[in-house]
Amino acid sequence: MTRAQKAELFRKVASERILVKDGPYGSMIQSYKLDEAGYRNGHSYNHDQKGNNDLLNLTRPEIVAEICNKYIDAGADLLATNSFNSNAISLADYGLQAQAREISVAAAQVIRKACDAAMAKNPDKPLFVIGALGPTNKTLSISPDVNNPGYRAVSFDEMRDIYREQIDGLLDGGADFIMVETVFDSLNAKAALVACSEAGEARGEEIPVMCSFTLTDMAGRNLSGQTVEAFWNSVRHAKPLTMGMNCSFGATELYPYVGDIQGRADTLICVYPNAGLPNDMGAYDEPPEMTGQLVGVWARNGWINVVGGCCGTTPGHIAAIAKAVAGVPPRQIPKLGARLRLAGMEAVSF
Amino acid sequence: MSEPSNQGASATFVNIGERTNVTGSAAFKKLILGGDYTAAVEVARQQVEAGAQIIDVNMDEGLLDAEKAMETFLKLIAAEPDITRVPVMIDSSKWSVIEAGLKCVAGKPIVNSISMKEGEAPFIEHARKVRRYGAAVVVMAFDEKGQADTADRKVEICKRAYRILVDQVGFPAEDIIFDPNIFAVATGIEEHNNYGVDFIEATRRIKIECPHAKISGGVSNLSFSFRGNEAVRRAMHSVFLYHAIKAGMDMGIVNAGQLDVYDTIAPELRDACEDVILNRRGDATERLLELAPKFKKSGADAPDAAELEWRSWPVKKRLEHALVKGMDQYVVEDAEEARQQAGRPIEVIEGPLMDGMNVVGDLFGAGKMFLPQVVKSARVMKKAVAHLIPYIEAEKTADSKPKGKIVMATVKGDVHDIGKNIVGVVLQCNNFDVVDLGVMVPVQEILRVAAETKADIVGLSGLITPSLDEMVTVAEEMKRAGMKIPLLIGGATTSKTHTALRIAPRYDGATVHVLDASRAVSVCSSLLSDTQADAFNADVRAEYEKIRIERAGGQKESLVSLVEARANAPKLDWFDYVPPEPKLRGTKTFADYPLAELVPYIDWTPFFRAWELQGTYPAILEDKIVGESARNLFADAQKMLKRLVDEKWLVAKGVFGLWPCRRIGDDVAVYDDEKRTKEIGRFHFLRQQIAKRGGRANDCLADFISTEADYIGGFAVTAGHEIEAHLARFKAQHDDYSDILLKALADRLAEAFAECLHARVRKEFWGYAPDETLSNEDLVAEKYRGIRPAPGYPACPDHSEKSELFRLLDAHRQTRISLTENFAMLPTAAVSGFYFSHPKAAYFGVARIGKDQVAEYAHRRGVPLEQAEKWLRPNLGYET
Repeated sequence: MTRAQKAELFRKVASERILVKDGPYGSMIQSYKLDEAGYRNGHSYNHDQKGNNDLLNLTRPEIVAEICNKYIDAGADLLATNSFNSNAISLADYGLQAQAREISVAAAQVIRKACDAAMAKNPDKPLFVIGALGPTNKTLSISPDVNNPGYRAVSFDEMRDIYREQIDGLLDGGADFIMVETVFDSLNAKAALVACSEAGEARGEEIPVMCSFTLTDMAGRNLSGQTVEAFWNSVRHAKPLTMGMNCSFGATELYPYVGDIQGRADTLICVYPNAGLPNDMGAYDEPPEMTGQLVGVWARNGWINVVGGCCGTTPGHIAAIAKAVAGVPPRQIPKLGARLRLAGMEAVSF
Repeated sequence: MSEPSNQGASATFVNIGERTNVTGSAAFKKLILGGDYTAAVEVARQQVEAGAQIIDVNMDEGLLDAEKAMETFLKLIAAEPDITRVPVMIDSSKWSVIEAGLKCVAGKPIVNSISMKEGEAPFIEHARKVRRYGAAVVVMAFDEKGQADTADRKVEICKRAYRILVDQVGFPAEDIIFDPNIFAVATGIEEHNNYGVDFIEATRRIKIECPHAKISGGVSNLSFSFRGNEAVRRAMHSVFLYHAIKAGMDMGIVNAGQLDVYDTIAPELRDACEDVILNRRGDATERLLELAPKFKKSGADAPDAAELEWRSWPVKKRLEHALVKGMDQYVVEDAEEARQQAGRPIEVIEGPLMDGMNVVGDLFGAGKMFLPQVVKSARVMKKAVAHLIPYIEAEKTADSKPKGKIVMATVKGDVHDIGKNIVGVVLQCNNFDVVDLGVMVPVQEILRVAAETKADIVGLSGLITPSLDEMVTVAEEMKRAGMKIPLLIGGATTSKTHTALRIAPRYDGATVHVLDASRAVSVCSSLLSDTQADAFNADVRAEYEKIRIERAGGQKESLVSLVEARANAPKLDWFDYVPPEPKLRGTKTFADYPLAELVPYIDWTPFFRAWELQGTYPAILEDKIVGESARNLFADAQKMLKRLVDEKWLVAKGVFGLWPCRRIGDDVAVYDDEKRTKEIGRFHFLRQQIAKRGGRANDCLADFISTEADYIGGFAVTAGHEIEAHLARFKAQHDDYSDILLKALADRLAEAFAECLHARVRKEFWGYAPDETLSNEDLVAEKYRGIRPAPGYPACPDHSEKSELFRLLDAHRQTRISLTENFAMLPTAAVSGFYFSHPKAAYFGVARIGKDQVAEYAHRRGVPLEQAEKWLRPNLGYET
C-alpha cells in the first residue's frame, strides 16, 4: 500500500469512528529503571547515554516493542515512533548527532514490525505508524541572547536539513505518516513541513503529514506567540491529514481551544492531552477514568476525530480513552469559504 | 479583528502599511542605511498602531545587502508581539530576498511579488516555492512584453497568470492577489491620462474573470507628479481609493495614518482630483496644477487661514471636527472649555464627544471613512476623556468607599470599546472600582483577572454580531470555573432577548442585559446591595424566564427530518407546464428612476405602522381613535413627499436580472446560456420542517422552479441615495419629526420602487402577464402571478444570500447599494429579492429548521456549520 493509499484508508476509517492514538514512551521507559549499562546494552559510546530514550530503538528494541504492544492492546489505532529527539540537534546532547538517521530508521522499524505482527493477527483493524518529529531544543523565532534580539542559535536551512535527515530515516524505516508534534515554535514547524515536502518530491510521492500545536500559556498561544488559529493558517498549505494539539495542559484546560480549532480547521482533528496538570511533585496523577471522562465530552460535542494521551498517560489511560469514545460518532469536517487567510501571531481573514 | 467579512466598501478595505519600505520612505531608508534598526522597528510599530492590517517590508536599495537587511529586520520584529500580531508582506523584486524573508516568518505572509516578466518557467517555479513556504502571493500585471498599462493588457495578463496558478500549480485562488499597476497620472504626458481609469476598469473586470482573487496596488505611485504637495497627494489617494474600492479593489499599500475622508475634502479640490483620476476632461491636469498651490502647505510653516477657520466655531462643533478629522492638537483645550460650560464634567462625554463619535460611526458605515481614520478618531476621544477623568474623580465624595469591583472587557474578536469606556467612566464616578481589561480580551484573561482581583461583577461588551457567541463562551467558561458573581452584558449588538435565551441559561450567577450607560449604575447598585439584590435578581430571572417561555410557546410544533420534509414537498404539475421565457435576458439598470412614477405604488399601511399607528390605509384616516393623528401625519407626509419629488431630494437607483436556471435539489443554479451549461451562480433555499397536517406541504422556494429549464429573476432597488444631506439638515435643526418622516418616506419609496419594477417585469421585461391591469389595492393584496421574496425574510431567511444576488446583479456598482459585513443594505431605504414566475408560487415562512438541514445547508454553501448557524440563528429549531 502506498502512503497516499494509507492516507485514504485513514480518512475512511476516521469518517466511521473516532480513532485512538497511543500514549508517551518516556514515562513508560522510566519504569524499566535502566542504568547506563542498560541503555548501552553492550554498545560503546563516548558520552553517557543514560536518559537517551531514543537510543533504545537501536540498543533495546524489545523494550520499545513491548511498550508499543501495550498501546496496541489498549486499543490504539495510531502508533507513534519513539523518535521525539531523534534529530541531529537534540542528539548532540549525547554526542550522537551523527547517528540521527540510524536511530530514526530503527525507531520506525520497531513500530512497523510490531504493527505488522498485530495486523497479521487481526487484519480487520488497520494500524498506522506515525513517524514523530519533536520540536528540537532550539528555536527559529526567539533569540537566546536577550541583548541581541536579532540573533538565532540555528538557521532555517540547518533546521530544514536536520528534519530532512530524520524524515528520510523514519520513512525508510517504514513510517506511514510524518507527525510534526509539540510545536512550540511555528517557524521550526514550517521548516519541518518544507523538509517533508522536499522529501516527498525527491521520493516522487506525497508524504501525509500531521500537525500538532502546543500551548505554553493559558492565553492560548505557543512559545513563539501564535494562537492556534494563526498556526492553522500558517500550516494549512501543507494539507495536513490531521491538525490538533498535544501536551500543554490537561483535557480540562484544553477544552476551549479544542472547541475553537475544531470549527476552524477543515481537516481531521487530533488531540492528545496530558494526564491533567502536574502536582507539587511534578508528577501526573489524573486517573485514567477521569481522562477518559474528559475526552468523552469532546467526543460527544462532535469535536474530535483522533484522541490519545501525552505526558503522564499510560496504556491504562489509552484504554479508558478508547472506551469513552467507542461508538460516539466522529466529528464532521467543516467546509470553509474561500477567503484570504493570513497570520502573524494572530489569524486574520479577508 | 478575526474574520471580518468582506462586503461593503471601505469598511473592509485592507490597509497595508507602506512606511517600512526603503523605496517609499526616505526616512526609513535613512534609518536602515544608518543601521538604526531600533528606530526602524518603531516605524513598524507606528504603522500597526495607525491601523495597518498588514505591514509591507521592502529593502530593495542599491546600497544595501537586501537579503541581509530583510532577514535582520524580520527577525527583530519577531520579538515584538505588538507588530507581528499582523501578517507581513515580504516585498522585493528579487527572488533571493523574498526567499530569505520567507525563512524568517512564523505566520502566513504575503509575497510581493512574482510575475511573468521572465516567462512562464520562472513564474511557475517561484509560485511553487511560495506555496511550499505557505505564503499568499501578489502577482504583478507584467509579462514578457512588459508592464501592463491599458485595462485590456492588465486583464489579459492577470487572467493568464490566474489560469497557470490555479490549473498548473494548484495555487488556491483565494491566496492570489493581483497588482494591476497603479501608475502616475497628471504627468503632462497625454498617454498617462487614462491610467487611473485603466486600473479601476481592470480591477472590475479581473474580479469577475478571476473568482476569489484579490486586487491590491501601491497607491502613492498615482500622485508622483505632485511630490512636495502632501495635501493634493492625499486628496488624490482618497478620491482614487473611493472609486477603486467600489470597483472591487480589496487592499492597498498606503500610509495608514494619512488618508483623507472623501466627504471632507474641499469640493473644488475633490472635483479636480476626480477629473484627473477619472480622465473626465482634457484640461483636468492643468486645472489641478492651477489649484494645487492653494492647498499646498509645508509642514513646518504656520497653518494658513483656511486651516484655522474651524477654530472660530462653537466648541461642540470643534470637538466634532477634531473627532472626524482625527486631530488631537486642540482637543484638550476644547474639552476643558466644554467642561467649564457644562454643569458636570460627565456631560461633556455624554454630550458633544459622543455626538462626534456618532458622526464618525455614520461616515464609516457609509464607506466615507477608512479604518485608520476611525482609529485616529478614537484616539482623540480617549485624549479628551483622559482630560476629564480627574474632574470626574474629584466629584466623588471623599468619604465614600468603593461600592464594588467591576471587571470589564470587550470580548475576543471585537475592538469596539467606546461604549464600554463610557460605562466605565459612569461607574467610576458613582464610586465603583473598575478594572478595564481593554479590547479583544480572551476568556481566560477575563477569568484570571476576575479571580485575582476578587471581582464582584464581570461586564462584557461587544458591538459586532460574532461577539454574541463569544459572550456565550465566556458565560460557559465562568460556569465551568464555578463562578457565581453577576455577569453584565452590554453593547450595540446585544439584547435582552439574546441574553435571556442564549447567555443566562449557560451561567449560574445573575446575568443581566444593560441597555445603556445610564442604567449601568442602578443595575450594579442593585446587584451589590445587601437589601435589594435578591429581589432584583428574582425580578430579572422572572422577566427572562417569561421571554424564554414566550419564545418556546411559538415553538410547540415538532420538526420532521429533512428527508421527510422533502418527501412532503408540494407536488407541482410540471408535465403540462412550460415556464415562460423572458423577453429580456441578463440585467437592466435604472440609474435615476423618476420618483413621481413611484408615488402611485406607495403602500401607506406600513407607513402608519412605522409611527405606531395601527390600522389599514385608507380606513385608518377615519378611525375613531387614531384617525385624527393619522390624518395630520398623512397631510405632513404628503407635503414633504411633494417637496421631495419636486426638489429631487432622493435618487432612486435599481437593477434587475432575468436568467436561465434549473432546480438542483433545494438550490437553483443560474446559467449564462439557454443550454444551461455555464453556471454563473447559485441560490440556496431552505425548506420548512414543521410537521404539517391536513395534506399541507413542506414548502421551499426551489419547488417553484423546474428541474429542467426555467428562469429566475433578481432585483435590488433603493430610494435612499442623497438622503444624508437632508437628514443632517433636520438633525441640525433638532427636528426629529422631519428626520423620522423623511426616513419613513424613503423606505416607502424603496418598497414602491420594488412593487413598480415587479409590475413592469411581469408586463414588459419577462412579459408573462402583458395584459395585467391591477389597481394599487390589488397589488397590495398580491393578486398577481409570481412572487418577489427577499433574502432575510420568512421564505428565504438567510440574509447572506444577498451577497450572491448582488454579485449576479453587479448590484453594488449598478445601484451603489452596499452590503455591510452582516448583509444589511446601505442606504437603508433599499429592497432586494428574487422573482419567481410560477402561477402557484406563493409566500410562506420557513420557520424553525433542524440541524440536519442546517448541516446540509452549510455544506451546500461551503461554510462551516457554525457559520451557517450564525446566519440562521433565529430559525434554528435546536440548541447549539
